[in-house]
Amino acid sequence: MSMVDVLNGNQAAAKGAALSRPDVVAAYPITPQTPLVEYLTQFVANGELEAFMSEVESEHSAMSVVTGASLAGSRTFTATSSQGLALMYEPYFRASTLRLPVVMAIVNREMISPQTVWGGPQDSMTLRDAGWIQIYVEDNQEILDMIIQAYKIGEDSRVLLPVNICYDGFYLSHLTERVEIPDQNSVDKFLPDYTPTHIKLDPKIPMAVDPLTTGDLLMEYREKHMVAQQNALKVIQEVNEDFNKVFGRNHHGLLEKYRCDDADVILISLGSMTGAAREAVDYHREKGLAVGLLKIRSLRPFPQEEVSEVLAGRQAIGVVDRNVSFGWNTGILYQEIRSALYEKEKPVPILPFIGGLGGEDLRIEAFISCIDRLKEARGTQQKNYPRTCWLNKKGG
Amino acid sequence: MSEKEYIVPIGEGVYEINTGDWRTHRPVLDQDKCIKCGICLTYCPVFSIYKEGEEYRIDLSYCKGCGVCMHECPKDAIRMIEEGR
Repeated sequence: MSMVDVLNGNQAAAKGAALSRPDVVAAYPITPQTPLVEYLTQFVANGELEAFMSEVESEHSAMSVVTGASLAGSRTFTATSSQGLALMYEPYFRASTLRLPVVMAIVNREMISPQTVWGGPQDSMTLRDAGWIQIYVEDNQEILDMIIQAYKIGEDSRVLLPVNICYDGFYLSHLTERVEIPDQNSVDKFLPDYTPTHIKLDPKIPMAVDPLTTGDLLMEYREKHMVAQQNALKVIQEVNEDFNKVFGRNHHGLLEKYRCDDADVILISLGSMTGAAREAVDYHREKGLAVGLLKIRSLRPFPQEEVSEVLAGRQAIGVVDRNVSFGWNTGILYQEIRSALYEKEKPVPILPFIGGLGGEDLRIEAFISCIDRLKEARGTQQKNYPRTCWLNKKGG
Repeated sequence: MSEKEYIVPIGEGVYEINTGDWRTHRPVLDQDKCIKCGICLTYCPVFSIYKEGEEYRIDLSYCKGCGVCMHECPKDAIRMIEEGR
């Protein structure tokens, strides 16, 4: 029987990880991920989780340990934030290019400088091109459920890739919500043991890992990796449907539409900000504006077709980024959305918004003002919006 | 492993580039001291050690001379000798 509890985001992640029965867990504490490591260590000490817990000396070691363990055929879990992820960059890339279905929670935290510990997905979004699957979630229930789904997605033979479940620091990691915890038997049935067929280190059959390789062969690996990312688009949807059938919760796979059907203008969000954005959409709907909200869940693979389908025929589009893409004068998601629309959409204004950096609160009023601007932008041209609109900057 | 499963750079015979000419020191295995445990073969990063009958041998074509085998050998049966001597 499933049970209902009150959990913060880190507890939800720890529960989701424990229910997935990893063989090896390796993690190094960093704010705001620290309690997650403590919960997992506690589970192992209490005997609730039968895993080898490796208390490593750095994030670089954490990723290296799970890489080795995964090469040997283990199911593995790790987690980090911000500067920890930055330190992990070298083995982070290797885990994906070795096609290891490691699952890592990223408790999103702003990058320095200046010194900051608060939430924001700049850390993982900057690493979007390192070959991992990256899924961004909105609430604590989604964290728990998606960590279980992440193993099923990553270990699928059509995919074989590591998966990040990304959630905003503090807003989710340290705040409590009602969370339904599925029972172990149902999770076991949903998520069978990991049996690697493509790679398995065994001392009885010694093998070379990562020999020096020429570019022509390397490109072969890259092409297969890119195909696997595209396959993941389908697998993420399938796993979401299977999960919904078993556990009765639909997290909508690649993206979630809210009041989009008849919408003239659409606002786009990612992560925990989505709750406030929904409220702003309801506010404007009551005032008679046909506005919808699109929550992007899967940043990698990017659901280009699905996004362009949802956005086709609208009059104005806005993207709210809690991150920046230096050199583009916009956020990262904005660039993704614009690229996705190039093939199909007749040009309509797509407005870039940036706000909530360094954990600043993105309040309902901020989203209401975004939608106000979308309302004005209907029937105008992109060239009227050359600059990003900053939402809650000091003095702005 | 079958052709179909070959999606990662790992394997029993993945030799693409002759890394043997990077070497400044070469490993030399003393068969009298060797207890045939196979640890050197397991640890060799480029899989340059092979078994022939009962004996372990070192294929210098791909050996970069890193010295891991010497370090791991529990019987000090492997020495690194400077090339050209």
